[in-house]
Formats: sequence, structure tokens, C-alpha cells
Amino acid sequence: MSERVLMKGNEAFGEAAIRGGCRYYVGYPITPQNELTEFMSREMSKRGGKFVQAESELASINMAYGIAAAGGNVFVSSASPGIALMQEGLSFICSAELPLVALNVSRGGPGIGGIQPGQADYNQVTRGGGNGDYHIPVFAPASIQESIDMLYDAFSLADEWRNPIMILADGMIGQMMEPVTLPEPKIPVSEAEIAIRKPWALSGTKKGNRSVVKSLRMQPNDLEKHVEKLFEKYRQAEKELVKYDTDRIEDAEVVFVSFGTTARIVSEVIDMLTEDGIKAGLIRPISLWPFPEEAFSKLNPKTKVVISAELNMGQMMTDVKAAVCGRFPVRLINRTGGIIPTSLEIYERAKKILGEYR
Amino acid sequence: MRTIFEPTKGMLPVDTSYCPGCTHGIAHRLIMECVEEKGRLGDTLGVSPIGCSVVAHEFMNIDMCESAHGRAPAVAAGLRRVHPNHLIFTYQGDGDLASIGAAEIIHAANRGEKFTTFFINNAIYGMTGGQMAPTTLIGQKSTTSVEGRKKEVNGMPLRVSELLATIDGAVFVERVALNSPANIRKARRAVMKALEVQEKGLGFSFVEFLSACPTNWGYQPIDALKWLTENMIPYYPLGNLRCPEEVK
Ligand SMILES: Cc1ncc(C[n+]2csc(CCOP(=O)(O)OP(=O)(O)O)c2C)c(N)n1
Ligand code: SF4
Ligand SMILES: [Mg+2]
Repeated sequence: MSERVLMKGNEAFGEAAIRGGCRYYVGYPITPQNELTEFMSREMSKRGGKFVQAESELASINMAYGIAAAGGNVFVSSASPGIALMQEGLSFICSAELPLVALNVSRGGPGIGGIQPGQADYNQVTRGGGNGDYHIPVFAPASIQESIDMLYDAFSLADEWRNPIMILADGMIGQMMEPVTLPEPKIPVSEAEIAIRKPWALSGTKKGNRSVVKSLRMQPNDLEKHVEKLFEKYRQAEKELVKYDTDRIEDAEVVFVSFGTTARIVSEVIDMLTEDGIKAGLIRPISLWPFPEEAFSKLNPKTKVVISAELNMGQMMTDVKAAVCGRFPVRLINRTGGIIPTSLEIYERAKKILGEYR
Repeated sequence: MRTIFEPTKGMLPVDTSYCPGCTHGIAHRLIMECVEEKGRLGDTLGVSPIGCSVVAHEFMNIDMCESAHGRAPAVAAGLRRVHPNHLIFTYQGDGDLASIGAAEIIHAANRGEKFTTFFINNAIYGMTGGQMAPTTLIGQKSTTSVEGRKKEVNGMPLRVSELLATIDGAVFVERVALNSPANIRKARRAVMKALEVQEKGLGFSFVEFLSACPTNWGYQPIDALKWLTENMIPYYPLGNLRCPEEVK
């Protein structure tokens, strides 16, 4: 039976992860996600899992690598500068093809930045700050309920793709409270079952084969072959993992592109514009990588302008422009540094921009 | 006929990629002989470092994973969470452990992680071609200290075993040398004890091997061992620094 409760985002992330099959959590304190680490420290041992507080994010991602290499379903969370420290590990884990779920409750940057909500990690999570050719599927929830659903599915998704899955939830979603429905806890997978499902996992040669988890390939031919194999998987992921929402784009003259918290504000802006008789719509990327390019083919020829609304200096614009492919002008409405614009601010700026194209 | 010697099944029947006179191979064999003697080849997990021995998994006949440079202790801590009863070890060089991975080894020791770390101190960055390590001796020439290491510039060589021995959770700490048959036998005993400490769940165990890197030291294999004996051992004294009653 599913439960309806009022929950804070950060605690809901933990609850959803546990219900979704997370058996190991590794964390290090950083705002605005501390309530999650604290929640996991209280809950994991009660629920048959293990909690580790690492000495740094370098250590947490590498502990997670060890857990994943041994076949455990592992979850790491952090916020922007902490995710930056994890990049070497994430690249290593992609190469080693290990499943892992990572959550970035993002804040303003660059540097230590600030602790208020931000979306300035768009490039960090979609391009990856780590070295080499790799990709990490990234999903951006716009509500606590959506975060719960994503985290609930993320562990089986990571297992299925043998790749990290990243959730990018901005600090707003981590810090607010909403009524949510919690899904039924999944039945924990037994050790015997893990051995069957993950024959590559380290559990000792007594299982009948010798497992080696690695990323080093000294011969260029081997490495090229390995990367090409990874990219076959990524190409498949680009087809199967694309996710987005659209709202009233069929006859919109102004189309917003926005994700996470910003998308919720933009929804209100669309109502305000509609009241003024302006046809406005929204494309909300849910998967940031793969970016939902196909959504843009649904734009109608009457569209006058596409507006990317983001909490950063326009990082998503690159993807939006590539998807729009010169068919419409692309403009930016943004705030950064931890400032969240009001719907009125976006409404007024959008009207001004639209005025230039009408 | 009675078998009086057999190569350990812990090593795969392949040639190692180490240079002539390198003592990585001796350390590998000692560790794997001990794991075999304990009857644990089937449930031992090893973590190789970044360094010449990144490829240890091509020679050691057990389940293994590589680790990013310096992070082996964090990786082993992860393995331990999933497998509470396996034998688990990290195998790390001095650049890997004493420099870039200094935080990970200290915190693994401090948490009293129940695994063993084998530390190969050859006073140099071997794999990258002979640069100065935190363990390079005063006056020792390397490609990044061509006039020899200077205290005023680089500080003194780090004595990792002594450092770790100040940490409560590091219950077994011993320094051995791979420079003579007698010392190699002592090294083997230290490996056995370190693994015993782990099997008994007593805490973190650590064996430092003073090792030779003839290639980057610029010596013939025999001269390298002589250099180790005359220069490394006086600065890095051999012996046990911590040992729990249970394995004495
Ligand atoms: C993050 C990172 N920095 C630097 C390197 C380059 N690197 C490879 S091996 C190595 C040094 C290894 O020396 P040591 O740990 O002493 O092992 P040895 O080869 O002497 O056995 C370095 C610096 C790397 N692989 N990764
Ligand atoms: S470079 Fe040094 S440490 Fe590396 S294999 Fe050769 S002798 Fe051994
Ligand atoms: Mg070295």
C-alpha cells in the first residue's frame, strides 16, 4: 500500500532510495543536502542497509566504487563542489561499467559559491567534469514526488545499464516540503541472487570465475574498442532514456525551456501570459542527458521565440540551440548565484523579449 | 615422490611485467603464498593501486579491482561493507599511498577498517619514470630532484609506518625489507600476522616493504639491494611497531 505523507525533499530522497533498493549509502556533509546524510545515518542500519560517513567526497565516490564493484546497490549524494570532487571517480566507474546512483542537490557556484539553490552544475553533470569519453544519464525532478519516483527507479536502472545514474535536484527541492506518495519498498535482492545477476562482481574466485574490475587499458587498440563498446550503450541510452514534458506548445508563440524548480515557476508564468491572451508553452527536459531534442520537432511554425529559463548564465542554451537548429531565435531568462526569480520577473522579461519578435 | 616445492596457486602462471631486480614480484609472491596457506584464495579480494603494480591483477590469482590513484583504502572500505568475512587487502606504492592517498590511508586506519594494506616503499615514483616521492631520501637524486632531495625544499622523507602506529585503529604495523633471504622470511611472517589480525577482526593491519626500483634508482639489481640496505634501512628502521596480544 502506498503512503501519503508530508516530507522534506532531502528526507524523501533517502526514503525513496531505500524503498527503491539502496543498500549502501556513502556521504560527506555539505549544504543543502545535509538532512539526507543525517536521515541515512539514522535509517540505513534499521532498514538492513549500511551507512558510511567518508572523510571526503574523493573517498565517498571511491568507497561507492568498491561497494558497486562488489555488487552492492549504492547511493552517494552531495552538492555542487562535492560533486566536482567526485568527477575522477565517476569517470573511473563509467569505464569500469559499474552501477551507482548519485544525487546532486545543487547550489550556486563557481568555487565554493553559495548555499542557495542553483542550476549552474548543468554542464558539470551533463558533460561530466571527469576525463575521457563517457556519459552519465542525468534526470532533473521538478517536485519532491518526481524525485521520489526517479530515485525509486534509479537503482534498477543503474543495474540494467551498468552505469552511474545522476539525479540533479536543485537545493530548493531538497529544502522544501510537499505532500507525497511513497511507493512500496522493493524486496531486497539476496546475496545468491546478486551472484547470478552480477557474475562480474568481486566476491572471490570460489564462485567459479575470476572477476577483475578495472579501467586501465595500456594498448590503444584495446582502449578504443572499449570506448566504442561504451558508446554503443550510450547510443542506446540516448534512445531509451529520453524523458520530457510539454505543456501547450502546439500553438505557442513563445516556448520556454526549463527544468527543475525553474520549470515550476515558468508554469505559473505561462498561466499569466495565457490570461493576457499570449499563447505560451513549455518544454521541460526531465532527462538532461540525453537531452530531449525530439521535443523541439513538435514546435509549431508560428513560434516566434524560444526562451531558456535557467538558474545559471545560460548553460542549457547550448543544447537548446542545437535542438532548435536555427528554426527560431533562442533567448535567455536567468538569475544566478542562488537567486530564484519570481514568476512576475520572468513574466515581465518574457513579455519584453516577445515584444521584439511580434 | 614427495613434493618439496610448488609455486603458489595464488600466482597465475605468467611472467610479470616488472623490471629485472624489481621487488614487486617478491612482495606479490609472499602475499599470495600466505593467502594460499590460509586457504583463502577463493574468498580474498585485492585492490591494486596506480603505479607499476596497477597490473597486480594480471598476476595474482584472486578477484581484484583497480583503484584511482591513492584511493585504494576507500575502495577496500567499500568492498568490506559488502563482504564482512572475506580477506581484503590493498597493495599500494609510496607515491600512491604516502602522497596522493595520504588522507585515505589515515582515515582507513583511524576507522580501524578490517583489511590489510601492503605498502611498497621504493622511495620513488616508479611507473612515471623516477620522480621524487614523499619517501625519497635526503640527497637521493630523482628526475624532479636532480641535485638530490633537500630538507629545506621538500621536507624530510615521510615515515608512514611510524605515523600510522600513532593511530589507535591501526593495530598491526610492521616494516620489513625485501633485500635478503633472511629479511624476506621475516617479511613473510609479518604478512601472515597481518592477515591473522584481519581474520580475527582486530582492526587495520599494515605491512611496509622496503623495496628496490633498480630501473629508476639507476643501479644494477644487486647494487640496488645494497643501496636499499645501506641507505633505506638506517632511515626506515625495520621491525614491528604495533602488534595485538592475540597474534603475538
Ligand atoms: C590522478 C593521477 N595523478 C597522477 C598519475 C600519474 N601516476 C601514475 S603512477 C604514479 C606514481 C606511482 O608511484 P608509486 O605509487 O610510488 O608506485 P611505483 O610505481 O613506484 O610502484 C603517478 C604519479 C595518475 N595516474 N593519476
Ligand atoms: S620501474 Fe621500478 S618499481 Fe616499476 S617495475 Fe621497474 S623496477 Fe619495479
Ligand atoms: Mg614507488
